[in-house]
Amino acid sequence: MKLPRPNALFIVLIVIIVSGLIGGLGLTATIEKLGSAFNDARYISIPWIVLPVIGILERFGLRERAAAIISAMKGATAGRLLIAYMAFRQITAALGLISIAGQAQTVRPIVAPMAEAASGHDDQATKDRMRAMAAATDNIGVFFGEDIFLAIASILLIRAFLVEYGIDLEPFQLSVWAIPTAIVAFLIHGSRLLLMDRALKKSSTRP
Amino acid sequence: MIGLGFLYTIAGLLFAAFSLFSARDRKNPKRFGNAAMWGLVAVSFLFGDVLGNFGNGLLVIALATIGGLGMAGLGAPPTTSDAERQVLAARHGNRLFWPALLIPAFALAGTLVGKQLIIAGVPLIEARQVTLVSLGIGVLVALFVAMSWFRTAPLVPVQEGRRIMDQVGWAAILPQLLAALGAIFAAVGLGDVVGAAFQHWVPDAGRLTAVCAYCIGMALFTIMLGNAFAAFPVMTAAIGIPLVVKAQGGDPAVVAAIGMLSGFCGTLMTPMAANFNIVPAALLQLRDRLGVIKAQIPTAIPLLAANILLMYWLAFR
Repeated sequence: MKLPRPNALFIVLIVIIVSGLIGGLGLTATIEKLGSAFNDARYISIPWIVLPVIGILERFGLRERAAAIISAMKGATAGRLLIAYMAFRQITAALGLISIAGQAQTVRPIVAPMAEAASGHDDQATKDRMRAMAAATDNIGVFFGEDIFLAIASILLIRAFLVEYGIDLEPFQLSVWAIPTAIVAFLIHGSRLLLMDRALKKSSTRP
Repeated sequence: MIGLGFLYTIAGLLFAAFSLFSARDRKNPKRFGNAAMWGLVAVSFLFGDVLGNFGNGLLVIALATIGGLGMAGLGAPPTTSDAERQVLAARHGNRLFWPALLIPAFALAGTLVGKQLIIAGVPLIEARQVTLVSLGIGVLVALFVAMSWFRTAPLVPVQEGRRIMDQVGWAAILPQLLAALGAIFAAVGLGDVVGAAFQHWVPDAGRLTAVCAYCIGMALFTIMLGNAFAAFPVMTAAIGIPLVVKAQGGDPAVVAAIGMLSGFCGTLMTPMAANFNIVPAALLQLRDRLGVIKAQIPTAIPLLAANILLMYWLAFR
């Protein structure tokens, strides 16, 4: 019989149990801590409830439609498309609207197929690259937009932490300092996307 | 009052349905593995609060063993072929986007007005969960609209959802398990040990050294833990406050804000941040599970350098 090959999930489980035992928690307390932390973190898995809707729309051709719209646009490139998406994600995240888009809701059904269609290439390597860039652009847009919003978890965490050191700041005083990094993130990632366009054009077989 | 419990019930029922249809999917040689995995997720959502900590712990061990040793596979729910989809896409046109856009529209509207909905003195939606609850309501409305427009049979949404869920597979459970890992690290005091080690290492030298140590420390510790929130208290207590703020006189608002964002650069580079980096790779069916991270590193490293310079310039005006 072939032995099963453990993946990251199993390895993390082992690390949890070993850390608990080495740290002196004991087996029962480690299992209890694992159980309570997992139970408290269930909200992380809530977004999976969008899958039936996305699944139906994919069944009726959502991804194909997204690709067709981009193919019909003259001058649409994968890089420019992703720059526009990044701007949308940064601006909406800065207004606190984080859950309005995401990897399951928008990247898989809409943004990734659009980027693939706009790339001008059909090979699997380019498709994988476009998908990975679409996912990366979503993450970068959210991460470096959300801290501009006052009531985001990370700003509240910073504030609570500094209070313990006798430094009492308004959320606004913190979130304003997220703006320079947000601009630099847009410039760095945007430049990479434009360079990606140039590389795609150079190797393109399409006129 | 509608709160997380409402969402957990929806998610629990959905995963229970995934489990049931997985068990009946004869095209999947590992169908009982899938049924057990999604079934345990359903139990966690529906009964997590009555199982007790030890019961939940055993559930997680079973779940991570089934998912972690490859006992679940890829189901084959009935769906349309690529060629059929091209035809359907042309027929339905932009109407396909409307249900997808309804979900964010509800999340937005709910976030803006949800807190004002008060019936007989009791808020309708739990204030802290307004966005998630609105998202859930948006999903239900979008589902209803999509099913009536496209006249699907009642089981189609479950089967189509299961198709995508199986493609994600065990990676779907990883983010919650990593949250538990963070809790264990906190319980055994790992942060204090690493923080003390850093403080011991970093020489009490110049301003730029202190800023570099804090920003790079935030990124590295986030890479280890997968979460900038977990790294922030440790690194800020060990380096940010004593070296950058107190010894060098840095503005705490700038130091803390840019310190957190340096941690986010670390989040872009680590498989430990599974919900951002590993789950999307599964969702997009990338052949390389690290593909998303590889696409992010060339942005993350220059951005970390930029954060160091920004903190150096802005914190000491």
